Amino acid sequence: MNLLNISGSPHVHSDESTKKIMWRVNMALVPALLVAIAYFGINALLVSLISVASCVLFQWLIEKYIMKVPTTICDGSAVVTGLLLAFNVPATVDMMWIVIIGALVAIGVAKMAFGGLGKNPFNPAIVGRIFLLISFPVQMTTWPQVGGLFPMDFDVATGATPLGAFKEGALPEGVTFMDAFLGHIGGSLGEVSAIAILIGACYLLWKKIISWHIPVAFIGTAFIFSGILWLVDPASYMDPLMTILTGGIMLGACFMATDMVTTPMAKSGQLIFGFGCGLLTIIIRNWGAYPEGVSFAILLMNCVTPLINRWCKPQRFAC
Amino acid sequence: MKTFKMGGVHPEENKISNDAAIEVMPVPQQMVVLMNQHLGAPATPVVQKGDKVKVGQLIGEAQAFMCANVHSPVSGTVVKVDTCKDAFGLTKPAVYINVEGDEWMETIDRTPDIKRECTMEPKEIVAKLKEMGIVGLGGATFPAHIKYSIPEGKKAEYLIINAAECEPYLTSDYRVMMEHAEEVCIGVSILRKALGVPNAYIGIESNKPLAIQKMQETAKQFEGIVIEPLKVKYPQGAEKQLINAVTGRKVPSGKLPIDVGCVVSNLGTSFSVYEAIQKNKPLIENILTVTGKKLPSQHNYVVRIGTTYNDIIKHSIGELPATTGKVISGGTMMGKAVVNLDAPTVKGNSSVLVMDEAEARRNPETACIRCGKCMHACPMGLEPYLFSALVKNNRIEEAKEHNILDCIECGCCFFSCPANKPLTDEIRLGKNKVRAMMAAKK
Amino acid sequence: MTQQILIAVLVLGVIGAFFAVVLYFVAQKFKVVEDPLIDEVAEVLPGANCGGCGKAGCRAFAEACVSQGNLDGLRCAPGGDAVAQKIAQLLGCAVEQGEPQVAVVRCHPANCGEKRRSNYDGLRSCAFQNTVYTGESGCPFGCLGCGDCVAACQFDAIHMDPETGTPVVDEAKCTACGACAKACPRRIIELRNKGKKDRRVYVSCVNKEKGAQAMKTCANACIGCGKCAKVCPMEAITVADNLSYIDYTKCIACRKCVVECPTHAIVDVNFPAPAKKPEAPKPAEAPAAPAAQAPVPEAPKAQPVAAEAQKAQ
Repeated sequence: MNLLNISGSPHVHSDESTKKIMWRVNMALVPALLVAIAYFGINALLVSLISVASCVLFQWLIEKYIMKVPTTICDGSAVVTGLLLAFNVPATVDMMWIVIIGALVAIGVAKMAFGGLGKNPFNPAIVGRIFLLISFPVQMTTWPQVGGLFPMDFDVATGATPLGAFKEGALPEGVTFMDAFLGHIGGSLGEVSAIAILIGACYLLWKKIISWHIPVAFIGTAFIFSGILWLVDPASYMDPLMTILTGGIMLGACFMATDMVTTPMAKSGQLIFGFGCGLLTIIIRNWGAYPEGVSFAILLMNCVTPLINRWCKPQRFAC
Repeated sequence: MKTFKMGGVHPEENKISNDAAIEVMPVPQQMVVLMNQHLGAPATPVVQKGDKVKVGQLIGEAQAFMCANVHSPVSGTVVKVDTCKDAFGLTKPAVYINVEGDEWMETIDRTPDIKRECTMEPKEIVAKLKEMGIVGLGGATFPAHIKYSIPEGKKAEYLIINAAECEPYLTSDYRVMMEHAEEVCIGVSILRKALGVPNAYIGIESNKPLAIQKMQETAKQFEGIVIEPLKVKYPQGAEKQLINAVTGRKVPSGKLPIDVGCVVSNLGTSFSVYEAIQKNKPLIENILTVTGKKLPSQHNYVVRIGTTYNDIIKHSIGELPATTGKVISGGTMMGKAVVNLDAPTVKGNSSVLVMDEAEARRNPETACIRCGKCMHACPMGLEPYLFSALVKNNRIEEAKEHNILDCIECGCCFFSCPANKPLTDEIRLGKNKVRAMMAAKK
Repeated sequence: MTQQILIAVLVLGVIGAFFAVVLYFVAQKFKVVEDPLIDEVAEVLPGANCGGCGKAGCRAFAEACVSQGNLDGLRCAPGGDAVAQKIAQLLGCAVEQGEPQVAVVRCHPANCGEKRRSNYDGLRSCAFQNTVYTGESGCPFGCLGCGDCVAACQFDAIHMDPETGTPVVDEAKCTACGACAKACPRRIIELRNKGKKDRRVYVSCVNKEKGAQAMKTCANACIGCGKCAKVCPMEAITVADNLSYIDYTKCIACRKCVVECPTHAIVDVNFPAPAKKPEAPKPAEAPAAPAAQAPVPEAPKAQPVAAEAQKAQ
């Protein structure tokens, strides 16, 4: 018989692991990816693949040659960043090389420079996306127009998104709630289809990877706040339902604001976080220079997360 | 169904030895009886080399405050009063006895009849608990006479009996309920009388429906015994969580259950109380489960204290399977891994759990992803991830301020951590450092 | 155009001058008056802030020296004698020549090969493992091999040998600050004199179990037999609690105890050749009752060996 093993208790472990969590998040992103391919065609697929490959490659290179630690690319977190980064950019040919730079910033600067998984204060995909938005404003706001299903052309006509159009004046003609819900609208690769995102979010809720607090607080606050504004002046403000169905609120609330590393841990803290994100998003959308405010809102709330963690402690059993 | 509100996890129950009726483990040829079988100072040996002893005779006397009597589990001759290595390799004082026959002390009532009436006064009951060396059999082995001597200014309102058996694999309490329900109820009534409370609540997890039924039927014949089925959640059997589930009260930080008017005892303890008070039998036996997924058979035994782990293994399954990785005394969540199988068992040992190699190794540790699962699982509402970081950076004062001493070491944090961080180990280390810091200040 | 530049320069110049004056007065008002000697002493110190002196960093050590005016009870181990001399010069006091010391791990390789009796799996901390059980070697006093000492060292002077699972001290880098000795939960590491030509002898065991018990655990354990104490010409060895201890201030490194020890628990370090066995008289006595005669040759032997040892130094 071999030597006995000795350790402190407990001697069992649940079947949870970081790897499982990350790969489940990847699976939850698949519906949105399929819709993106359906509406934006081959470009969407290529942008996503290039983004994921770059993120994984950069993480591997940095871990092996700069940090000199064993590689952790198998845990799936680089793939999550790659997919989310791709989902935040338009599905055009230009993006295919620009997203590589985004991947370098997201993985190299926002994640590995802080020490790797679990040590970053800011959501890497958001940082990558904001970096690209500021560095390549034209390419990042050139949206492919949705024609029929599965366009196989690389060159597609471009047009405005509902949010972009609204900032200029009014919603584009013929955009209905159902269009926005299914994803038949202009926008970033992964943010267009509310239903695909919700399917993914339900999967994550079922597997207890995210809890309802942040998505509900985020979307709820955005809905209520924009609703109040719309009731006051329906002509100048977008109605609340269209507000939450267009732009990145669904994707942001369900996948990016729920990133465990950069968001508060206590449930009360999560509600505050979601509330802050929702509020900031609507403020930036209506009174900021950009038509979309989700990325900035999430980044700003990431800055406040350590404070929220310090204030919002769990309720102690024995006081 | 009642339960505690905060935290908790659901490990696999694995109650595979549920249906094994209690067998009697035969007595080996030599017994080594450790002098420290309880929380507190070791008992002082009152026998010498060459003395003849009978079963139930006092061989170790409680001479300190936090101490309990130790009685001989066998009859025979004392070979030496020396030291021996316990289950963890540490040297402890012990009495070695060569077994000759099975002669019991005449005062012990060995008839199988169940004696119901107890005419003793509360103070007499407590004194007899001390005489008989009764300690809590839930794992902590706290001397019962101290627990049942309520200090001045405090009043007991609830007696709660812990039959939750929330640890996976353990089934000794279950078998005692199935086979000795009446004796248990008598023991509970005696304890209730000792405290002078109107009701005793027996908390049983709902994964033992037959036991709940049996106890409910038996309890009808007794006054003041309420059976309380509880939701299955670990650590339902932890003292503070049990009190919270049954009474809704919360024991404040740094205080004891008696400060909220509660006294908690294990079900096994109430069975030994029956034997002690009604049959004059001191605590010399454990009800012990021998279990493990890869074992050829599952068993529950009544084992005399001092029987070694090797004796138990030899009699029950012959030898350990070749792929054994760990042998645990206790359950998988709070049990202790045994390194020395020649060590004798002591009061409160509830199992010999044999774990296979594949299950016995921990997965490699990875980076903390700040998911907060440890925090949500903690039944005391603490923040294990924070303690881990503070202890690593030697910020012991801050760890104390964040109430690291409230931790009950249940293991829920490590169990739920996706990154396999040894949180429970780190918190234990932190608690030791805090206690050392506090002792140094005095 | 020039007028605008002139106005800009003037305005900024006035603002700059104003703040310069404010800063001057503030600096004067909030000036911290410190003995300039503290700065001079701090300059001379290694600046590693290792805490070996017992003070909170090099600056605190400098302050203690200056406020005391001498070096009584204050020693900077990494700085050694060179720094002590310099500080003494600055303070204008005398200082004794200290003995250079080094950290010594008093345990034979424990957690490897046959001596390894279990696998430890859990938090890799010696302080924690000590609370769980005896350790992989089974010795309740022996090295646990998790590296608390390695983590404590700020001079990269102690490393875990991966084959033996016990730490090895790099004498060249060790500054005898004592951090590793404090970190070890079983007090296995001790600061001992480096010795002449860096040669030293010590008992590489801290096991206090009775002889028979200790032998079962480790073949090289000290069994407290006392043979070393009997043989030591300087009376440097004491045996207490079944454990032998060599006083390094009295030891002359003659190595008689090394030879005598039946379990090879006593170790000699940095000697050029293996310890020589005692010479000629023994084989001549051997045929006639060797047991009875054995103590007798010891007495005359003691002198020649001691003389030899003195020559060796």
